[in-house]
Amino acid sequence: MSASFTAPTIEYSTLSPILIVLGTALLGVLVEAFAPRGRRYLVQVVLSLVGLVAAIVTAVMVFSRLDPGHHTPKLGKVAAMGALAVDGPAVFCWLLVLVLAVLSVLLFAERHLEGGVLSFAGQAAALPGTEAEREASTRGLEHTEVFPLMLFAVSGMLMFPAANDLLTMFVALEVLSLPLYLLCGLARRRRLLSQEAALKYFLLGAFSSGFFVYGLALVYGYAGSMGFAQIAEAVSGQAGSQGLLLGGIGLLSVGLLFKVGAAPFHAWTPDVYQGAPTAVTAFMAASTKVAAFGALLRLFYVAFGGYRSSWIPMIWVVAILTMVIGSVLALTQTDIKRLLAYSSIAHAGFILTGFLGIRSLDAVVPGSLTGVSAVLFYLTTYGFTTIAAFALVTVVRDGGGEATHLSRWQGLGKESPLVAGLFAFLLLAMAGIPLTSGFTGKWAVFAAALSAGAWPVVIVAVLMSAVAAYFYVRVIVLMFFAEPVGEGPSVTSPSVLTGSVIAVGVAATLVLGVVPGALIDLLGRVGVFIR
Amino acid sequence: MDFPWLSALVLLPVVGSVVLLVLPSRRGGALPKLVALGFSTVTLVVALGLTAGYATDGGYQYTENLTWIKLFGAHYSLGVDGVGLTLLLLTVILTPFVMLASWHDGDLGTWGAKGFFAWILALEGLSIGVFAATDVFLFYVFFEATLIPVYFLVAGYGGPTRVRAAVKFLLFSLAGGLIMLASVIGLYVESAKTSSGPTYLISELGKIDFSTVAGRWMFVGFFIAFAIKAPMFPVHTWLPDTTEAATPGTSVLLVSILDKIGTFGMIRFCLELFPEASRWATPVVVVLAIVSILYGAFMAIGSDNIPRLIAFTSVSHFGFIVLGIFVMNSQGLSGANLYMFNHGLSTAALFLVTGFLISRRGSALISDFGGVEKVAPVLAGLFLVAGLSSLSLPGLSPFVSELLVMVGAFVHSPWAAGFAVPAIVLAAIYILWMYQRTMTGPVREGVIGMRDLGLREVASLAPLLLLIVGLGLYPQPLLDVINPAVKHTMSQVQRSDPQPSVQGEAHQ
Repeated sequence: MSASFTAPTIEYSTLSPILIVLGTALLGVLVEAFAPRGRRYLVQVVLSLVGLVAAIVTAVMVFSRLDPGHHTPKLGKVAAMGALAVDGPAVFCWLLVLVLAVLSVLLFAERHLEGGVLSFAGQAAALPGTEAEREASTRGLEHTEVFPLMLFAVSGMLMFPAANDLLTMFVALEVLSLPLYLLCGLARRRRLLSQEAALKYFLLGAFSSGFFVYGLALVYGYAGSMGFAQIAEAVSGQAGSQGLLLGGIGLLSVGLLFKVGAAPFHAWTPDVYQGAPTAVTAFMAASTKVAAFGALLRLFYVAFGGYRSSWIPMIWVVAILTMVIGSVLALTQTDIKRLLAYSSIAHAGFILTGFLGIRSLDAVVPGSLTGVSAVLFYLTTYGFTTIAAFALVTVVRDGGGEATHLSRWQGLGKESPLVAGLFAFLLLAMAGIPLTSGFTGKWAVFAAALSAGAWPVVIVAVLMSAVAAYFYVRVIVLMFFAEPVGEGPSVTSPSVLTGSVIAVGVAATLVLGVVPGALIDLLGRVGVFIR
Repeated sequence: MDFPWLSALVLLPVVGSVVLLVLPSRRGGALPKLVALGFSTVTLVVALGLTAGYATDGGYQYTENLTWIKLFGAHYSLGVDGVGLTLLLLTVILTPFVMLASWHDGDLGTWGAKGFFAWILALEGLSIGVFAATDVFLFYVFFEATLIPVYFLVAGYGGPTRVRAAVKFLLFSLAGGLIMLASVIGLYVESAKTSSGPTYLISELGKIDFSTVAGRWMFVGFFIAFAIKAPMFPVHTWLPDTTEAATPGTSVLLVSILDKIGTFGMIRFCLELFPEASRWATPVVVVLAIVSILYGAFMAIGSDNIPRLIAFTSVSHFGFIVLGIFVMNSQGLSGANLYMFNHGLSTAALFLVTGFLISRRGSALISDFGGVEKVAPVLAGLFLVAGLSSLSLPGLSPFVSELLVMVGAFVHSPWAAGFAVPAIVLAAIYILWMYQRTMTGPVREGVIGMRDLGLREVASLAPLLLLIVGLGLYPQPLLDVINPAVKHTMSQVQRSDPQPSVQGEAHQ
């Protein structure tokens, strides 16, 4: 018997965005090894930007080849021997993650705010408060490794929503998570808090990955395959033990719901968002949510779609719990980063509401609003708004670095009407006031959920939006109508890097709020998974 | 396509507010105020021109319609019928006079006079949008957007409790708006089920027959939002707090214009889109309206704070308007529509004249006044006319509307009318007793030497009072505009259960 080996076929051009980002990250590691210390910053920033922009260009080309202009039942194709599905939702997630990553690189590269150095630890290995740390600080050391680390995370985020079997999904999950754990611990200021955040995130993240793998094993035991298409077949054929399948779905969702920060797996979010360097928080809050929700959608819609009568009640409970916990606990927060963290939990709940908009394909009029397109639209609006909000957090500072305690934000409207005004606008967007993207996003997810009959969840969502409005308004009141405490906050004017992130985020929030039609129509056409 | 006049009306004040922001800022400078007054006057002139060209029985006019967000079924669609036109007129008439009356009110606020007038202009534009929108989605956008200028007008300018009051106002309104959002989305879901696909155009939605359950749920969502806005008992508590803290000008814009969105919405959406649910809810709504009428009146009698008192009179008056709407006959509806306009005028006059009074004394408490008519006779005289119009004295415009509402209520149920009638006496008590305590009697210490009204102040009040008298004697022009719209509403409400007729059409 002659063993024959068939070489796997890889669609290099279709997968080029992922490959380019991964290649750029590897190049970045080489730069760290060979480029002189003084040049690394510039080389890394330019390299990262070039890599990401090249990835965007190729992703646009892949997207245009999906041909969203015509109504075809199947958009896209399965690539890499069935490991990755390159379809509308996947490529849209790619584009979104890549654009948000470009903005994040700009935030990472900001040196103006810390007086000429990055806002990452000068020497992460030096213990906080030791001589070594002071020396690193006086010598102006920087960790430019953050750029390749971030690119590794981005490559994982690109694979995650496209993963078409459980194993690829798990690998992507780890590739996106590990660099993030590390980045969280690299803050220049308040390093103990930052390291605590990194450790918490790592331990809980590793734990949730364990759940994911266990679920993976159970589902494999049930379906006899890792591939989503085969799992979907097994599910619709009702083959095997339902107990294995149910257990598998439950454990897999623990791993994914942890990543999106949904209750009851949300506990890490406030600590990590607060402790991590704000640029990393911005990157995590915006991009991780996109990738994780993309993966969640594909796993549940494609692999377990035929079994949805069993898992929809679970998502109902999780969505309601997430919105309630996020909105109610945010009321008591006194730190702006924690407040935004709880708000991001509440938003995860709103996105899950849209996730409930799953309907059988024949119930959906072609080109109408589906759960997938609503969720993707919400992710777009939320990503831009939140990255701009965190960028604004980085510019409000005092002697000890960023002034994140809410009492330090009192009277910001007098100190800098522009910063306070922009932040107020973003808060109104998060509260879902019309003419901002937050409103159109909320409308889309609620409409999708209501169309699928999930009206109790929508009612809870509406009530929780009202609760959430209270804490957003509270911050606006603080900024404009409260007297400053002590010497008051000061606004350090950032370089053009952070400035452009804020500008892009605010502009996107406005544009998607006023004329969202083009994007929504596009998503209505491409928001269909291939199976 | 004709010139988009309504868009121009929305945009003129908004552009004005942007122009104001880029003007050189010099504290106390008169230029921004003059520019603002200019913009609002031009808006008034344009609106008057449109009214002149309005055909009284032509349905929606000056219509514009562009697809906005196709997948949502949302359109940028404007147009006015009789109801919308009268409220639009009220908005554009009141705004310049409010500006004139509040000439110095914004000087000491958080953003100075420039900010004050810019917010007022923004509010004017958005309010016009609310009354002209013929697409539910667009209406909702304008409806929510008006909250922002009001919030900053209250929080930035006014008394010591203004920040708290502004937050209370905003949270009440946002809560109502979000509940309404659920119903707005419900409309999308229901209209998406029809063969023509999702739409938010009122003209299209009016043809759909919602299932009983869906219609009632959506009605409840809309009604709660409008009841908060109007405001009705028991969700009225934000209004007295807000008027107590806000400047008189802001209170006028809030009570005379913005709160009308509540009653306007009840007619336009609750009645016209959900006739079955409206009939279903009528008993509850009528009871709530009567409670509002009596409760507001009693609270007004018991108030020592003048702006709070006026706020409670408005709760009472809004009870009348809601009563007129939900008795669902043409007398009641005509009366309610007319009442919206007249209440706007009389309350505006009352807020402004008491505002002048309060700013002179530095106190808003009735117990701090006494004998004002001896030192400031013009002020006292105008105060009396404004007050009499508020208690619906025959010969002044609110009388006609209150009478019509009473007739409508009597036709609906003598009981309802019977419970509402005492409010006429109560109104006389709260107005005349306030007049008696503030204006008559011996001159109190703080009132000695009080200046009488100046030319600017008289100029801002006189036209409103003239209108009140004029429309009291001859309300026909307004009724001519309103009645066709009422007829349309009535035809929507009285749609016999059309399920069979739709099937019949399908067979043909």
